[in-house]
Amino acid sequence: MSRRKTERLLSLVVCLLSARRYLTAAQIREAVPGYPDSFDAFKRMFERDKDELRELGIPLETGVNAGSDEEPGYRISRQAYELPDIRLEPDEAAVLGLAARVWRRAELAGAAEGALLKLRAAGIEAEDVSQPGIEPRLQTGEAAFGPLWEAVRDRRPVTFGYLAPGRSTQQQRQLEPWGVVNRRGRWYVVGRDRDRQAQRVFRLSRMAGEVRFTGPAGTVSVPPGTDVRAAVRDWDGEGPPPRTCRLRIRSGAGYGLRRHAVSVKPDVQAGWDMVEVNYSDTGWWSEHLASFGADVIVEEPVDLREAVIGRLKGVLA
Amino acid sequence: MTADQADATARRGRGRPPGSGRQTGTARAQAGQAATDRPTATDRLQRLLALVPYVVSRNVVGMAETAAAFGITERELVDDLNMLWCVELRSPDPYCPIDLSYEGGEIMVSEAEAMDRPLRLGVDEACALLVALRMLAELPSIGNGSALSRTIAKLEAAAGSAASPSAQVAVQVDHVTGQSVAVQVADALSRGRRVHIAYYVPGRDEATERDVDPMRLLLVERSSYLEGWCRRANAVRVFRLDRILSIQVLDVAAEVPAEAEQVDVDGGLFRPSPQDVRVVLELAATGRWVADYYPCELVEQLADGRTRITLRTPDTQWVRRLALRLGEDGKVISPPDLAAQICDDATAALANYA
Repeated sequence: MSRRKTERLLSLVVCLLSARRYLTAAQIREAVPGYPDSFDAFKRMFERDKDELRELGIPLETGVNAGSDEEPGYRISRQAYELPDIRLEPDEAAVLGLAARVWRRAELAGAAEGALLKLRAAGIEAEDVSQPGIEPRLQTGEAAFGPLWEAVRDRRPVTFGYLAPGRSTQQQRQLEPWGVVNRRGRWYVVGRDRDRQAQRVFRLSRMAGEVRFTGPAGTVSVPPGTDVRAAVRDWDGEGPPPRTCRLRIRSGAGYGLRRHAVSVKPDVQAGWDMVEVNYSDTGWWSEHLASFGADVIVEEPVDLREAVIGRLKGVLA
Repeated sequence: MTADQADATARRGRGRPPGSGRQTGTARAQAGQAATDRPTATDRLQRLLALVPYVVSRNVVGMAETAAAFGITERELVDDLNMLWCVELRSPDPYCPIDLSYEGGEIMVSEAEAMDRPLRLGVDEACALLVALRMLAELPSIGNGSALSRTIAKLEAAAGSAASPSAQVAVQVDHVTGQSVAVQVADALSRGRRVHIAYYVPGRDEATERDVDPMRLLLVERSSYLEGWCRRANAVRVFRLDRILSIQVLDVAAEVPAEAEQVDVDGGLFRPSPQDVRVVLELAATGRWVADYYPCELVEQLADGRTRITLRTPDTQWVRRLALRLGEDGKVISPPDLAAQICDDATAALANYA
């Protein structure tokens, strides 16, 4: 069944590609083997075939031949069908091969393979041999990536359940998505939140349940000049200006803090060092310092010292 | 040949099929694996449409090479070539638009009207490659910025309008950490040299020194890794680049033992093993990030809005540090001796402030 279908679709493509004029459905039925005898059954099968070709990105055109009064017909314009000429130098082909591996087993892996196949068919030898041992990877573990990429690509609004940080219940959000961004290994979607009527950023890993489309393709418009990367960067925040804290760190401990230290001096008390480090967010920094337990004592500032003590008391609460 | 093909050949009225039909040993050997995931009719159509231009652009090309490029067996390739050769249009006059031969292990297409160029790139295809290329362009260790920007420009031109949605997918690699180390690792890999590293282990808050024979540089968006044969552990180890405190490329050839096995990057770098300790934590809403951040075996939503997670780890030292960090935001429930140890850690730390 599947073999016959492949043969029929192949003949159909070749027929329409070589046609110099629009062919009516009846002419196509004459030319392409494999369609059923009944005209109604043919029409149904032909409709499905057209859809499948369009899904593959084959530009099937409809039109009427000049000076004819026939019903509208079909053809595939070679110009619209063909990949334009592309030639790559060996170093360019090598980075292309590397790029195709980036998505391996992630969401767009199949698309990357398909693209490489077409480029090879255009005569490009995209083999990655230049950089042994280098394995770049993009991962799309979040289930929401697929539908959100489709929504961005096709400009469709979506809705999804979202568990915002610090909240214990999820909310349903309505979004006109503008772009998806990976920042430091996490995927985000940027767009216009329909309820809040403002730009919002959502982290894909906090989405719960299915992402559903709420409108047809082409109904989302991205405001001109939108920079989706900048939107996520701003949202993620660089934080307030840095402050300096003074810590006493046990000798031989606290490598993670010493690495970023402004200064390290032996403390008056033997077995300890006095270390100065810059930080910006008191909340996050106090959590980080608490994780060093008895190896780190915060001297200054007082608010940081109190925050660390509060954290540690929380462990015992 | 199957009866179908024999019939089609006869209809064409040609005396001889395009190939001898002889199967090579390799083709037979591979045929067994071929049927495992059957492509759909449209998958196969895409392949057939690419096959003709693939051969045309190379004039003559070997069967084995072609099968490898398309990820199919030679037997499947023969079937594809036969299907192409058998295409026949019946009207206005019957004719066969594709003529090809594959005798002597080499394929030649002598006639392929209208099919000698591949189909344009689709949006997904163009975007997958462009997003990946732009990500690579951000990684200094790839070291081929000029080739990357030329390739991006050529691909954008060839893809035309299919390239535009790619501007709406961006990958921002962490620039701050690990990139200069990555450049050195790439250098050691390309010259086959051993490296000496000082490595910080945050779970234990300690720095260690070791010699490593690099196997691969794994550039993952979040953080990148050096995979290599560790001369200290005498085993394959994976090191996060942003935790490599210093690195020296040694004037010694790297010697990776034959038994060294690569880590399956795509299956997840860190996979729990059955010998690991099972740790259960209960997280308040403010501590829920832990569930996002660490690979959990189980995530359960509790009735009171808290989240219970279960994870497996070979080493619980980092869990103790995590628990101190979490404070009231998350508690270790099990194992009980770990929970007790954490209380002791907090008590000792608080004693410093007494």
